[in-house]
Amino acid sequence: MNGIARAAARCAAFALAAAATTLAAAVPQITFEHFNPEGALVAAKFMRENPGTRVNFRQVSFQSLLESLPVQLASGQGPDVSMLADWGSLTKYYLDLRPYVDARYFEREFGAILPALRGNDPGSKAINGLLGTLTLNGAFVNVTLFQQAGIALPGPGATWDDWAEASRRVARATRTEMPMEMDRSGHRFASLAISYGAKLVGEDGSFVVDEGLKTAIRKFVAWHRDGTMPMDLWGAVGGATHRDNFADFMNGKVVFYFGGSWSLNNLDTEVGDLFEWAVVDAPCGTSSCALMPGGGAIAAFRHTREPALAGRFLAFLAREDNMREAIARRPAIPVSTRLLATGVELPGASEPMRAAIATFTRQVPKIPKEAYVFQGWRYQRAALNSMTTRISQVLTNELTVERAVAFMKKDVDLAIQASKR
Amino acid sequence: MSGGTQRVPRWIPWAFLAPNLAIIALFSLAPVAINVLYSVTGSDNLYPSERPFVGLDNYRTLLDCESYLDPSSCSRDLFWRALGNALVFVPTQVLAMIGVALLTAVALNRDIRARGFFRGVFFFPVMLSPVVVAMTWVWLLQRDGAVNGILGSLGFLKVSWLADPTRAFRWSVFVTVWAHMGFYMVILLAGLQSIPADLYEAAKMDRASPWRVFTRITLPLLKPVLLVVFILATIRSVQTFDEIYILTGGGPGSATKMMVHYIYETGFAVQPRNYGLAAAASLLLGAVLLLFTALQMRLARGGRDA
Repeated sequence: MNGIARAAARCAAFALAAAATTLAAAVPQITFEHFNPEGALVAAKFMRENPGTRVNFRQVSFQSLLESLPVQLASGQGPDVSMLADWGSLTKYYLDLRPYVDARYFEREFGAILPALRGNDPGSKAINGLLGTLTLNGAFVNVTLFQQAGIALPGPGATWDDWAEASRRVARATRTEMPMEMDRSGHRFASLAISYGAKLVGEDGSFVVDEGLKTAIRKFVAWHRDGTMPMDLWGAVGGATHRDNFADFMNGKVVFYFGGSWSLNNLDTEVGDLFEWAVVDAPCGTSSCALMPGGGAIAAFRHTREPALAGRFLAFLAREDNMREAIARRPAIPVSTRLLATGVELPGASEPMRAAIATFTRQVPKIPKEAYVFQGWRYQRAALNSMTTRISQVLTNELTVERAVAFMKKDVDLAIQASKR
Repeated sequence: MSGGTQRVPRWIPWAFLAPNLAIIALFSLAPVAINVLYSVTGSDNLYPSERPFVGLDNYRTLLDCESYLDPSSCSRDLFWRALGNALVFVPTQVLAMIGVALLTAVALNRDIRARGFFRGVFFFPVMLSPVVVAMTWVWLLQRDGAVNGILGSLGFLKVSWLADPTRAFRWSVFVTVWAHMGFYMVILLAGLQSIPADLYEAAKMDRASPWRVFTRITLPLLKPVLLVVFILATIRSVQTFDEIYILTGGGPGSATKMMVHYIYETGFAVQPRNYGLAAAASLLLGAVLLLFTALQMRLARGGRDA
């Protein structure tokens, strides 16, 4: 009798489990990938507001978004919604959100970045995603070293040359190891290049080698030759490898560091009041004072089985209260028109952090069109990789500047040709 | 009952071989075939069915050079620079590797104190992940690394160990030898221990010098093992990637860029991904490895015939 009861109990348990599985399968669900752990909080809030839906959050590395996501998408796999490390090259996989969101709201709030998410296709009106917060390249300055040296900070409108000169003088006066450093990243170098008039992307969608690009490379190489910049980053590493030495800035070993806004939280936490630091206005070239935009654009993908839910989730992310909440949780640069106009609150942020965010936010309207075009260009990654590779070759005397830019053109043309076949 | 042997049906050996053949076909031959297919097709699409046939275009792109002695004149200069680096790196690293491994094995084959401990010490880096090895050396060699820290405390100036192409190349050789030498040392140690002790006793009775014993007894009897080590070390050396990728990223410039690094960057690190070019480069690398292996097998046969 006991045996029969046990068997019946097993059958009941099995039936319940099967029913639960079926029910779970029936619940509309999507997978959302992001490298910030806060993604879990956002997913949880969405599920609270939308009972009967499920958002499975997966925290992944930036490298995974850059290298694995494209392969997953190419094989028809991958998450339903994800943060994008590369806006322009994956456009063919993006889900057009127009049937699921208020397209006019997206156009109004994210108008500056939508063309980039369309791969700069002028014929497209697709809403391919959103950008909740912007990241910007930016210049960090050790104000304490300037004070110790008794040298005034160059003001708004100061050129790259002004900053190089001032940083050298401060480094000499304070015996600081390095005057200037820049992440080993083509994205960072693009800010310098665009400031000196580099177009980078032509009307026909090809890579442009012009005097602006060459001038920027020559300046950059000269700063390495005269010791303004160390060889450790651009000179010591090859290929497309990304390297940064931001630890040098946090340890007070460099006067001026050109990195990005994503380092702010780390800088604020690690340095605190050990020394005074500031983010300064974009250094200028002969053409503009350019900073490259970037950041975690978020898109849904065509392979999703739940396009309506994915669209609803992106509309939720684009809601003003949610964007404000995200910025309050982790200080960042707003990008939506309304947030830029009304400002954001940063409760709990330190004074230097508030000042830094305010400085970055002031730069947003000044971002040149070329920077957005380059950021959304399908072949941007090929150009960025080629820039780092070829400039490093110039620094080690493997190539002349003329040869290097010729190879950049050849590298990107080959990438375009290979992908168009 | 007949005394003759019973004939085994012809399919029986194939039946026994079938599982292994299936594994080889699935994991070795199929990937090679897919690689060949990718190398003759274009576009950045992943699925072969979506990739148009381009014939030998990818090979032509790789081999397009005005002068093979000047990589800057080649369409894909980095491929040729990587090949040039490999032509210097592989012989240097293999000779250094075998030399150090042999010396260490001979020393640790002697009756010295704490022999087991030293064997463990020399083998230890082999157990580390290549990434850990490379990160450790980056930490030691960077501008504010431990080596410069020690030099600074002794009053010396800091040295850019990895920013100078020649130094970076030498450090790449050193780090890879340091990381893998223990493996070859163990193989050579086993070879040394298989040499009959009475040969050494006879030599001792004949008052042969240690050098003569080494060149006339140890080396000749170790030759088959040395050949195996040579083949393994050469293949490993041509395939070098992880340590150098982390240590220098192939730089400064392209001073330490190796073939596998070039293939990885072309096929996976750059968007749009040029799978076709990467596949063509890897097949050319495979051809070079085949040549090496054939040469070494010929040498090995020569060694056995002698």
